[in-house]
Amino acid sequence: MDEGKMTRIFIMGKAYDVPAGITIMDAMEYAGYRFVRGAGCRSGFCGACGTVYRKEGEYRLEFALACQEMVEEGMHLTQLPFTPAPRAAYHLDDLDPRENVLLQHYPEIARCVSCNTCTKACPQDLEVMDYVQAALRGDIARVAELSFDCIQCGLCSMRCPADIKHYHMAQMARRLHGLSASREPEHLTTRLREIAAGTYEAQLDALVAASVVELKAQYAAREIETESEEGS
Amino acid sequence: MNAIPYFPGCSLKDSAKPFERSALFVMERLGLPLRELDRWNCCGTVFSLTEDDLMHHIASVRNLIRVQETGATELVTLCAMCYNTLARVARRLDREKEALAKINAFMDEEQDYKGGVKVEHLLGVLQRRIGWEALAEATSNPLDGLHVACYYGCTLLRPKDVSVDDSERPKVMEDAFEAVGASVVRFPFATECCGTYQVVDRPEISLERSARVLRSAARSGADVIATACPLCQHNLERASDILKRSGESPPLRIAYFTELLAAALGADPDALRNQPQPEATMHVTAKGGAEHG
Repeated sequence: MDEGKMTRIFIMGKAYDVPAGITIMDAMEYAGYRFVRGAGCRSGFCGACGTVYRKEGEYRLEFALACQEMVEEGMHLTQLPFTPAPRAAYHLDDLDPRENVLLQHYPEIARCVSCNTCTKACPQDLEVMDYVQAALRGDIARVAELSFDCIQCGLCSMRCPADIKHYHMAQMARRLHGLSASREPEHLTTRLREIAAGTYEAQLDALVAASVVELKAQYAAREIETESEEGS
Repeated sequence: MNAIPYFPGCSLKDSAKPFERSALFVMERLGLPLRELDRWNCCGTVFSLTEDDLMHHIASVRNLIRVQETGATELVTLCAMCYNTLARVARRLDREKEALAKINAFMDEEQDYKGGVKVEHLLGVLQRRIGWEALAEATSNPLDGLHVACYYGCTLLRPKDVSVDDSERPKVMEDAFEAVGASVVRFPFATECCGTYQVVDRPEISLERSARVLRSAARSGADVIATACPLCQHNLERASDILKRSGESPPLRIAYFTELLAAALGADPDALRNQPQPEATMHVTAKGGAEHG
């Protein structure tokens, strides 16, 4: 960061000078905006702060996570707290996972005209249109693979001229894929068997019976696993 | 071995799998295998007739760009609707440079489509690249005594400039079946519409039209009616089920033309219909009790 240097930005059309080298989210807070919703993890993982901006002199709208993108001179900013996209209700165990199951729950995917606007809007650089197309032909595994890094920010759905709910549909595909293609991990199977057999009942009962003082003492004396060499 | 760029379309990966499997078998057997395009998308489903509605051509153009990226200049399709949409977009943009420029400017994340990709239907490839003699030579299991009625429907033949044959009196499918030893029967409804997407909104229209096609083929003495379109196939099957339930049972099968050709070239038709599923799908199927066709 350039110490003491200021950058001129515009928030909803009004000019502000903010410290250079800070993120869009920090810049808006610096200018007095409060993020009650649409802030989330502030670390680029949760997708709550998806936003749009425009650079001075450009006609294009750009897309980013407000907690990750640095402000630039002449940037035009706004706040998008939430994408009001409906989500299909289903129970995974009751689904008939045929090729058209995604189409049945999200029929609007058939409206895709392949304009690719969703892909251009993705702050994760996913091939969003390609996974919608894979969904249309019932390739659930491909949808799961292409959408794996989706953080559900909703910018794709906000931009789509066909009103497709890309990210909700893709989440359904990943769930179906997880159910059908992933192997059950061995340690999980073992642990579930132990729980069912009551292996941990006594330990749990002891915890429930313990006083607050005892619990605090146990917590303070707990074993902490050493962090990996690269750090957290 | 030469391979020819191939566009499957969504239906062939979903409801019309036997169409794709049998066509792949046939072309492999004939020494000109189909190679599926990388990263294809929906063809656009229907060709937009609104002059300035270029947005609805974009889906097709993206696929044509995928062909261009491979250095090829041709694309083969199986589904008659995909064929119609892709071929009409390709032709329009070869003619109208201004429309092409506008689409290219919109798709600035892709390389420009330069035009010139020829969209072909498999029937055309069989006729021009393989030839009826070669098809006859490759036949190991002639369809002797099988009476086939060839049903073209609309989108293989109309409009005229993308027709795979004479749009009033086509015979390319008949020629193929004669080459493999079948007896071709002519029937007057071969180029009538099956009712298409009316099946969604006004199913009675599709049923009525498809029933007329079935009855006409049956009256002409056909054992089987050959189709080249997943939607025609669907509508005819639906109409056939209803006719059977109402006691009027035209004694004929409905099959993709490639299924019959594959049988003539030595494929086991049941194996093409019920190919084993990948393990992952089987697991869910067993759980959900679903059947895959």
